[in-house]
Amino acid sequence: MTTQAEHRMPAVLPGGVPPADALLPSAEPVRFLDDDGGPAPGDAHGRYERPSTELLRRAYDAMVLGRRFDAQATALTKQGRLAVYPSSRGQEAGEIGAVLALRETDWLFPTYRDTMALIARGIDPVEALTLLRGSWHCGYDPMATRTAPQCTPLATHAPHAVGVAYAARRRGEDTVALVLIGDGGTSEGDFHEALNFAAVFHVPVVFLVQNNGFAISVPVSRQTAAPSLAHKGVGYGVRGERVDGNDPLAMLAVLTDAVESARAGGGPVLVEAHTYRVEPHTNADDDGRYRDHDEVAAWKRRDPIARLEAHLRSAGELTDDDVAAAGAAAEAFAADVRKRLSEEPVGDPAELFAHVFATPTPQLREQAAWLAEELAR
Amino acid sequence: MTVTMGKALTAALRDAMREDDTVLMFGEDVGPLGGVFRVTDGLAAEFGEDRCFDTPLAESGIVGLAVGMAMNGFRPVVEMQFDAFAYPAFEQIASHVAKMRNRTRGAVGLPMVIRVPYAGGIGGVEHHSDSSEAYYAHTPGLKVVTPSTVADAYSLLREAIADPDPVVFMEPKKLYWAKDEVSLPVRTEPFGRAVVRVPGSDATLLAYGPAVPVALEAASAAAAEGLSLEVVDLRTLVPFDDATVAASVRKTGRCVVVAEASGFAGVSAEIVARVQERCFHSLAAPVLRVAGWDVPFPPPVLEKYQLPGVDRVLDAVDRLQFDDAPDPRFLAVSP
Ligand SMILES: Cc1ncc(C[n+]2csc(CCOP(=O)(O)OP(=O)(O)O)c2C)c(N)n1
Repeated sequence: MTTQAEHRMPAVLPGGVPPADALLPSAEPVRFLDDDGGPAPGDAHGRYERPSTELLRRAYDAMVLGRRFDAQATALTKQGRLAVYPSSRGQEAGEIGAVLALRETDWLFPTYRDTMALIARGIDPVEALTLLRGSWHCGYDPMATRTAPQCTPLATHAPHAVGVAYAARRRGEDTVALVLIGDGGTSEGDFHEALNFAAVFHVPVVFLVQNNGFAISVPVSRQTAAPSLAHKGVGYGVRGERVDGNDPLAMLAVLTDAVESARAGGGPVLVEAHTYRVEPHTNADDDGRYRDHDEVAAWKRRDPIARLEAHLRSAGELTDDDVAAAGAAAEAFAADVRKRLSEEPVGDPAELFAHVFATPTPQLREQAAWLAEELAR
Repeated sequence: MTVTMGKALTAALRDAMREDDTVLMFGEDVGPLGGVFRVTDGLAAEFGEDRCFDTPLAESGIVGLAVGMAMNGFRPVVEMQFDAFAYPAFEQIASHVAKMRNRTRGAVGLPMVIRVPYAGGIGGVEHHSDSSEAYYAHTPGLKVVTPSTVADAYSLLREAIADPDPVVFMEPKKLYWAKDEVSLPVRTEPFGRAVVRVPGSDATLLAYGPAVPVALEAASAAAAEGLSLEVVDLRTLVPFDDATVAASVRKTGRCVVVAEASGFAGVSAEIVARVQERCFHSLAAPVLRVAGWDVPFPPPVLEKYQLPGVDRVLDAVDRLQFDDAPDPRFLAVSP
């Protein structure tokens, strides 16, 4: 167990509070790849090292599968099988990078947008889609999967991640928690409170802001006047980092580094991924009202999967057969999702009363009986 | 042993922390200072700043941190410094604390306690005297408890800390200094049980928290005039003890609900609804309320007009149609 005195220890450097410079993000987002998957000019990757080929290959397979799953979910929504679906197409490097940076024993705190990350985490797709299908709220067991329920009230899960990681650290475990959050969510008070608590208590949490340009219709310029969202860290004593969110090498390198630095006792890290939401906010959104098609098209050309594929192929680390195999696995996965979601979901009305408290109150038992009676008529 | 309610709460925290090292206490000024009402006095000294500690000044963060820690093996008790300063945490409480077990189908329970010093009677300037219990009681998934006696303060807090579900523990500020002869540790009736403090036969006074001493005083005053009032202390608003309440009102046939909070859409309104649903055929008069006016809590100089007092309670009892005349207040259908 750590003591309060240790909690007051400086966040990064021995012997004093870290200089502000050490907490500031790089002037430009970290990147390894140019927009076409060739090497980025200069030393745009800074101090970071290229992730291992093994990790990149796993990332490639997971991104291909993730995108196919995402497309399937969008299609199922159009068929009325899901109540709503916020797509993360184009954000695969963040969704997959976050999961691959974590150990199974670490905790992930996703939002409604991050169903793809749940899939990468190994959660059963039907359980993962329970919320968006509308058959219950959270369909998976957060304790068994070390994955918090997808959070809809923006940024409110961030303090929970701090609490979970702080609890683990107090028991001497080396668990890290990673929170996913959108650019809009960074304007919420809980984002600030979580950064502040994480810094003050020196908690191993990584905050990954996926800056995808919009909060529904509102551009990021209306969320902040800061130089970048990653710059928000310094005010709390949290190290910030900016990454090309569509560069899987950069995302994996920075996230792995952030997670391991937090694990090693370096305190919380704030990572801002510059990416783009290529789909509308959800199926119910009309994005023509607030953005240009040209902008979307430009971002689609910076596709994270295409960039990774080009990079791996040019390095001789991905063959046509590998690409075909990843595609086939993704198709099989999508077919299974399609099949399993073709059945009408059933909800048990008795369950409404079952989980409000560990033991239902007399009032809930009474109301459950009234509903049962109504249904028996 | 003579104990104040504040000290009984301290003892409950101390005993719970001694018995279970996953019990933590945190909030604003709860460490070395012992809280602005000194309820956490001595805890940091005995258990170390690790178990009883100050946090950054941010109520949503405090409750959010508690949620995460409760998800991961601890039993946090957090102190909101005052009723109105818990409002920044309301989103955490309503959207997560109350819902976590339900939304995860029982997979994630949150054994945590949110202590809220509440209500008036201490001459507090604005934002220091709100009766905020209705917000919590209206939110499914929260247990809401409020002691009126020293023994209950101890026992209910121990039970709250041991409960597998989140409990909003409402501490009537003006009773922190109330004394009683109690030998601690003490165990009283469990959650979900109201207690008849004074038996009576002519009418029932239903009260909770800061209104209970008022009801008791009113009952003694009435007894001096030959009227027998039964006083029921509700103790736990959620879960609610319909059985004890209905048994009392069916017996007396008359009922006044006494609460310090504003009446409109308040807990007192819920109680009236429940009583008339369950006791209509036993009622000899409409169920009346003595509640706070529907105004923002007044400044100290005016608070005596807001707080339910003995005269107002007795006046309501007088209007319970003992003479079969309709209540003159409600002859018109609208003001
Ligand atoms: C507290 C809160 N306010 C408003 C909303 C409604 N809402 C849902 S998503 C959204 C936009 C969020 O944008 P961002 O954080 O950038 O994440 P993205 O959806 O782009 O992934 C809004 C306003 C909400 N879910 N929670």
